[in-house]
Amino acid sequence: MAGEMLGAAVGGLDYLEVEGLTPEPGRNLRTAGAKGWAGLWPKAAAIMLVLAVWELVYLSGWRSHAIFPAPSTVLANLWGQMHHALLWQALGTTLRRAVLGFGLALVIGSVIGAVVSRNRPLRAAVGSMITGLQTMPSIAWFPFAIIIFGVSNSAIMFVMVLGAAPSIANGLIAGVDYTPPLLLRAGKTMGLGGIALYRHLILPASLPTYVAGLKQGWAFSWRSLMAGELLVIIAGSPSIGVLLDNAQSQLDMPSAMAIMIVILLLGIGVDAAFGAVDRSIRKRRGLADAAGR
Amino acid sequence: MSVTQRSVPLAGASSMPRPPEAVARPPEAAARPPEATARPPEATVRLTDVSKVYGSGRTSVLALDKVSLTVAEGEFVCLIGASGCGKSTLLSLVAGLDTVTSGELSTGGERVSLMFQEPALFPWLTAARNVELALRARGVAKQGRRARVVELLQAVRLGDFAGKRPHELSGGMRQRVAMARALAQEADVLLMDEPFGALDAMTRDLLHEELERICAERRLTVLFVTHNVREAARLGDRVLVLSSRPGRVIEEIAVDAPRPRRIDSAEVAELAARMTDRLRAEMASHGR
Repeated sequence: MAGEMLGAAVGGLDYLEVEGLTPEPGRNLRTAGAKGWAGLWPKAAAIMLVLAVWELVYLSGWRSHAIFPAPSTVLANLWGQMHHALLWQALGTTLRRAVLGFGLALVIGSVIGAVVSRNRPLRAAVGSMITGLQTMPSIAWFPFAIIIFGVSNSAIMFVMVLGAAPSIANGLIAGVDYTPPLLLRAGKTMGLGGIALYRHLILPASLPTYVAGLKQGWAFSWRSLMAGELLVIIAGSPSIGVLLDNAQSQLDMPSAMAIMIVILLLGIGVDAAFGAVDRSIRKRRGLADAAGR
Repeated sequence: MSVTQRSVPLAGASSMPRPPEAVARPPEAAARPPEATARPPEATVRLTDVSKVYGSGRTSVLALDKVSLTVAEGEFVCLIGASGCGKSTLLSLVAGLDTVTSGELSTGGERVSLMFQEPALFPWLTAARNVELALRARGVAKQGRRARVVELLQAVRLGDFAGKRPHELSGGMRQRVAMARALAQEADVLLMDEPFGALDAMTRDLLHEELERICAERRLTVLFVTHNVREAARLGDRVLVLSSRPGRVIEEIAVDAPRPRRIDSAEVAELAARMTDRLRAEMASHGR
């Protein structure tokens, strides 16, 4: 039968082509393991290198050992602080502020982004202002915030939102702008319009750019938070910033550096989480690059 | 010159049932003399002196110049022309994505769906979800959608690949998902804008047969734009040759060769040669 032949030919060609596109599962597993190791060892080597340089500077006697401690001293200090409730209490305060501030920025930034992206005149008016706001170093907002809100949590939240919301809004606006016109045409021929067009096409299409905006917004709000905790010291509520400030005033370098390591690790951890979300979105859409990153 | 724009119902624009014939048909169709109605299949797509101008004033461009054509119900009409003949403009007009500047256009109240050279699938959805979205946009209830998606994907022989995302499929397979999505719009008229232009010859050849089979099974009316003369001769019941800048129908070729045809047959080659000659003469007329 000619029809059966055709079906068999079409089906056979499909399998030939699709097999070329998806690697065998076995190979995939092996490369995943190899990839894990390939990603891990340079990082481990970099950390060892930093510790080695640090140790060398320490041994060289460039500064008195009292104010420039050895890596081992700092790590021991960190270990000691980890067995103390104070560090965890401080961590709790800081993370609560981080989540609240970033959450607030997320809501405000997304609402502004959604409204501005839909409305042309508003975009002309507000669009460049948002970008301008982004160039303002957040620490410059603190005098303003402290005068308005006093030495309070609100002052810190205010600066965090100002730092992060523009990036988030910009991410959403850019995502909406770059919805591929062909997909829009396809959506319209299908009969998608109004809210459905946003829900099924424009929002999913802008997701990768939006997540990039969130990641940038997080970086800004995290910096604002650290600056805020050093400037806005609220009595009776220990935070990471307060611990750092205390260490400074007591000239306790091992503690200061231990807290800095905590800050660094937190930043790296959240960044990695955003990276993982970004990668999974890109992978689902076939946008992951050849290196599979 | 008449400057009425008939409303062209956009495929799936609403979950509304097809409008009553009497309302949607152009008035002249109802009042047509008996000998005209006796002509066997009725015209589904009808363009009468359709012109399209882009821009205004000195920078305006006349894309289509008084194009008149009809596509009968169940007929497969190919449009062929060199660059700048306004083929894509014409399809946009018929699809209702754009409005005519003058003249009259009617799709007889039939649903119309449009396929592009690129599959234009949503990359974040699986093949099945892409097809389902078209059903959803048309207002098909959730319970009915699953089974319909399976049926549509089987119709384009992709039943095994429902869970794959577009990037996991080959170009030909993506274009077949796009075809299933177009079929999901329950359109009677399928507008195709060089749908196989980006595919390799072997895949294209298979898809010609697939398209022919699906059109016959579903009694689809097709308006198919292509640059490829052999493709036009292989697929069309009729081939319309368009001039360039502005686009006008300069020749109509009825293809009488019986189906199924082969793209490498002598009949197809002969017709293709005729079209090529006509197109070259047209291109030569634009030289300076």
